[in-house]
Amino acid sequence: MGFEVLFKGKNMVRLLQGLGVALQISLISVAISIVLGLILGMLMSLKKPFINLVSRVYLEIVRIMPQMVLLFIVFFGYTKLTGRNISAESSSLIVFSFWGTAEMADLVRGCMAGIPKIQYESSRALGLSRLQTYIYVIIPQIVRRLLPLSINLITRMIKTTSLIMMIGIVEVLKVGQQIIEANRKSSPHAAFGVFATIFLLYFIACWPISCLAKYLEKKLA
Amino acid sequence: MEEILKVEKLTKRYEDITVLENVSFSVKKGEVLVIVGPSGCGKSTLLRCINGLEDIQDGKVSIEGKTGMVFQSYELFPHMTVLQNLMLAPLKVQKRDKGEVMKEAEQLLERVGLSSKKNNYPRQLSGGQKQRVAIVRALIMHPEVLLFDEVTAALDPEMVREVLDVILDLATQHKTMLIVTHEMNFARAIADRVIFLEGGSIMEDTTPEEFFDAPRSERAKRFLSTFEYKKKE
Repeated sequence: MGFEVLFKGKNMVRLLQGLGVALQISLISVAISIVLGLILGMLMSLKKPFINLVSRVYLEIVRIMPQMVLLFIVFFGYTKLTGRNISAESSSLIVFSFWGTAEMADLVRGCMAGIPKIQYESSRALGLSRLQTYIYVIIPQIVRRLLPLSINLITRMIKTTSLIMMIGIVEVLKVGQQIIEANRKSSPHAAFGVFATIFLLYFIACWPISCLAKYLEKKLA
Repeated sequence: MEEILKVEKLTKRYEDITVLENVSFSVKKGEVLVIVGPSGCGKSTLLRCINGLEDIQDGKVSIEGKTGMVFQSYELFPHMTVLQNLMLAPLKVQKRDKGEVMKEAEQLLERVGLSSKKNNYPRQLSGGQKQRVAIVRALIMHPEVLLFDEVTAALDPEMVREVLDVILDLATQHKTMLIVTHEMNFARAIADRVIFLEGGSIMEDTTPEEFFDAPRSERAKRFLSTFEYKKKE
C-alpha cells in the first residue's frame, strides 16, 4: 500500500517536522492577524469615510486574489523591486498575515455591528460609564461571538499553508513529495501511503481546533 | 407635594425635523403620568430626552435624583444571568455591598414571581419574563423616577398582562412613573394624569377620566376612536 516508506530512515520524523513548519507559520500568522485584525476591525466600526475606503479596497484585494498569487507577488516581486532577497518564510508570514488580518477585521466589524444599539443605551440608562459599558457589556459579547469564528480561521490557515511549498518552503506536503520521489523505484505505491498519512496529520492538527470552535460556539451562544 | 421632575419648553430637533416643540410639564412625587399619542408623535423621544439619551436643542429638564428606564425590548445583557444583569449596575456604578445587593435582587425577583429564574440566561426566558427582569433591573438602582417606553409593545398578547401587573403593583407603592403606552385600558387604570402628545406638542394634560370620557380636542377624540371597533352596518 506504500506505507512502508514511512518507516524507512527518518521519513516519519521528517513528515512531522514538515507539519511543524506548517503549524509554525500558520500560528505566527494567526497571532499577528488577530492583533492587527482587532485594531483594524475597531477602526472600521468608527465609520470614518477614509478608513472605510482604504479597508474596503484592502478587503476586496484579499477576497479576489488567490493566496498563491499573493505569495508569488511578495516572494518574487519584492526581490525584483528592491533587488534584495526575502526569505520564503518571511514572504509567507507577510502574505498569511495580510490575508488573516483582512478576514479577522471583517469578523470583528461584523460582530461589533451585530451588537444592538439598545445594549449601549440600556447600559447608559443604568448609569454605566462608556468604559464600563465596553468592559462589562460590549466586549464580552464580541469575544463570545468572535472566538469560534477566529478559531475557524486558524484551521483554514493551517490548511492553506500547503501552498507555501510553491515558494520553496519544505513543509509537510513537500516532504511527502520528496519521499515519494526518492522511493519511486523501491516503493512504486508510496504516493498513496504518504498522502494518506499527510491527510491524517492535517486531520490530527485541525480536528481538535475545529471541535473546540464548535464547543465554544455552543457554550457561548 | 413636591415636584420631582420638571420639563420646561423642551425642543428636540433632528437636523431640520422638529420632533418635540415647546413641551412643558411637571411631575409630582408619587405621581403616575401616562403619555399617549399616535405613532411618531414624539412620546419615546420625550422619555429619551428626560434621561439624557438624546440631547435637546432648547429648554430644560430638571430631575430630583436619578431616572430608571425600561425599553421596548432586547435590553437585558445576553451574556449574563438574570442575577448578574440585576447586580452589575448597583455594584459597578453605585459601589454597593455585594451581599446587600444580592439580597435585594432576590427579594425583588420574588415580588415579580421570578425567583426560580435567577440563574437563567435571558435567552431562556419568555418575552414577558425578560421585561419583568428589566423592570427589576431599573428598580434596584432606586431611581426617583421610572420611565417606561412601550414596554409591552413587542410582547405576545398573552404576556402583556404579567408585565402590566408588575407596573400596577409599583403604582400602589407610590413610585413616580412616566409611562408611554398603547394599552388604553391599562393607561386609564394606572394614570393619575394623562398627557396627549401629537406632532411634538402637548395637546391635552388632564385627568384620565376627562381624557378618556370627555376629551376636549378633536385630535384626541380622533385618536381615541382608533381604539374602538364597531361592526359596519
